[in-house]
Amino acid sequence: MAITEEDVKHVAKLAKLEISDKGIAQFTKQMDAIIDMVEQLDELDTENVPVTVHGLRTYNVMREDKAVPGTDRELLFKNVKTEKDGLIKVPAIMENGEAGA
Amino acid sequence: MNITNYTVEELHDMLVKKEVTAQEVVKAVFARINETEEKIGAFITLTEEEALEQARKVDEEGINPINVLSGIPIGIKDNIITDGTRTTAASKILEDFIPIYDATVTKKIKEATMIPVGKLNMDEFAMGGSTETSYYKKTRNPWNLDKVPGGSSGGSAAAVAAGQIPVSLGTDTGGSIRQPAAFTGIVGMKPTYGRVSRFGLIAFGSSLDQIGPFTRTVKDNALVLNAISGHDANDSMSYEGAVPDFTAGIEAGVKGMKIGVPTEYLNEKGLEVGVKEAVLKAIETFKSLGAIVEEVSLPHSKYGVPAYYIIASSEASSNLQRFDGVRYGYRSTEAKTLEEVFVKSRTEGFGMEVKRRIMLGTFSLSSGFYDAHFKKAGQTRTLIRQDFDNVFKEYDLILGPTTPTTAFGIGEQIDDPIAMYLSDILTVPVNLAGVPAISIPCGFSNDLPVGLQLIGKHFDEQTIYKAAYAFEQATDFHKEKPNL
Repeated sequence: MAITEEDVKHVAKLAKLEISDKGIAQFTKQMDAIIDMVEQLDELDTENVPVTVHGLRTYNVMREDKAVPGTDRELLFKNVKTEKDGLIKVPAIMENGEAGA
Repeated sequence: MNITNYTVEELHDMLVKKEVTAQEVVKAVFARINETEEKIGAFITLTEEEALEQARKVDEEGINPINVLSGIPIGIKDNIITDGTRTTAASKILEDFIPIYDATVTKKIKEATMIPVGKLNMDEFAMGGSTETSYYKKTRNPWNLDKVPGGSSGGSAAAVAAGQIPVSLGTDTGGSIRQPAAFTGIVGMKPTYGRVSRFGLIAFGSSLDQIGPFTRTVKDNALVLNAISGHDANDSMSYEGAVPDFTAGIEAGVKGMKIGVPTEYLNEKGLEVGVKEAVLKAIETFKSLGAIVEEVSLPHSKYGVPAYYIIASSEASSNLQRFDGVRYGYRSTEAKTLEEVFVKSRTEGFGMEVKRRIMLGTFSLSSGFYDAHFKKAGQTRTLIRQDFDNVFKEYDLILGPTTPTTAFGIGEQIDDPIAMYLSDILTVPVNLAGVPAISIPCGFSNDLPVGLQLIGKHFDEQTIYKAAYAFEQATDFHKEKPNL
């Protein structure tokens, strides 16, 4: 199966990456080669073979449902670029800014 | 003092006898780093002041004769977070990231009063096998400065091999500890999945990632693994079982031990002649020490690389969604909307290899391809795991080369992702199965070190160390040092 430039553009959008037109051609070529390699797996008969997606165990580990102190708020903001009134400040979510929301 | 000459055990002995102080050891480390770092480029960040302060405290409190690691300097791979010390994962996206807590392993080495001296270079987000994808610098192989040190833990391996530090921590998702250990002629252990907590490790492939030590001797390695192992409530995949003393019985020898050598590993078509010769000689050494060495089969080995690249990339594409320019890390100054903050920060912050893996992972998980890719890889993983289970019904250990070749040239494979991926062929099955494996030096090919890989049963690192120690005592390869 060959991957097309359209597929690559779609995947880039899902992955929230911007790829230049020149980059798209290169990515398509490289991803096509990688996908070609991984499709070696088609040779294997895996009917009725269970899927392993975990490293050690299949059940989830929960802690006791008890309130514990969280991380200090000021500390959590140490790596935040811009803040306002104790909140993380980012550009407008809608294109027209706050009025557009 | 010349730090390059000493093992952890020897340094501890000297510290206890007060022949040196922890401050003198740390000063010797920085003297060696100053002397060699321009050539090697192992560190992204050095923390000399903090290290000296820590050493002063250790000297003041006195060396605990029972704690072998007290006052021993250590380097930490830069994807393991360190409270207050910049941690970048060798990515531009984390250029100014200062963690606000310690990873569990960082905490544990500090509790053992080891002295962190800096953060080590690596492939960006641990994605690569040469340390060339680092945003910050190239690291060179101490044995030949034109060669890569391997990766992704290339800085961790090069620093120990160059005698800058006696111990470092690395991480291994598909071979990232064992391959650089092989390329630089030192000891590198990937413990069983679940043995060492991943809390505070910047996640790559969560079902595969493990942290492990680099050292110059086998016993040193076991000593450090003792300190970093153990159950951690902060890692849901952490193993609840007891941690044995990995040095206990290490001198017991290999008499009667049953070792399997996979036909597929010795007949891998890309295997360098000199690597094969060194491994065949190692087999003879084990036989002469009384081990029973026989050929076995891991029939699905060749499917390890394709299955690994789907699984690891899929997990990475999910794990790396958190880098969005909002709470921490790089934020694009071009962004006009929130959506642009995500897209432009990621586009400007991630390097090419990281983007390739995110793209492959996103593709493998996307609707229409999930069954053919992610599910198929997960089924292949089951078959690979069964291969190991079958051999371990009759054998104590599996032995083979760590890598098909010795260290390759800087720039040689960087534009050919598939060639780079295929150099992981002998290491990735181990991560897919979750079993432990070590690489130890076993010879030279074209004047470059060759690594011997010993693979054990789940949570049986002890048998690995026992065999590795017996081999080390019977050979002199670990005594060879690069000429720097």
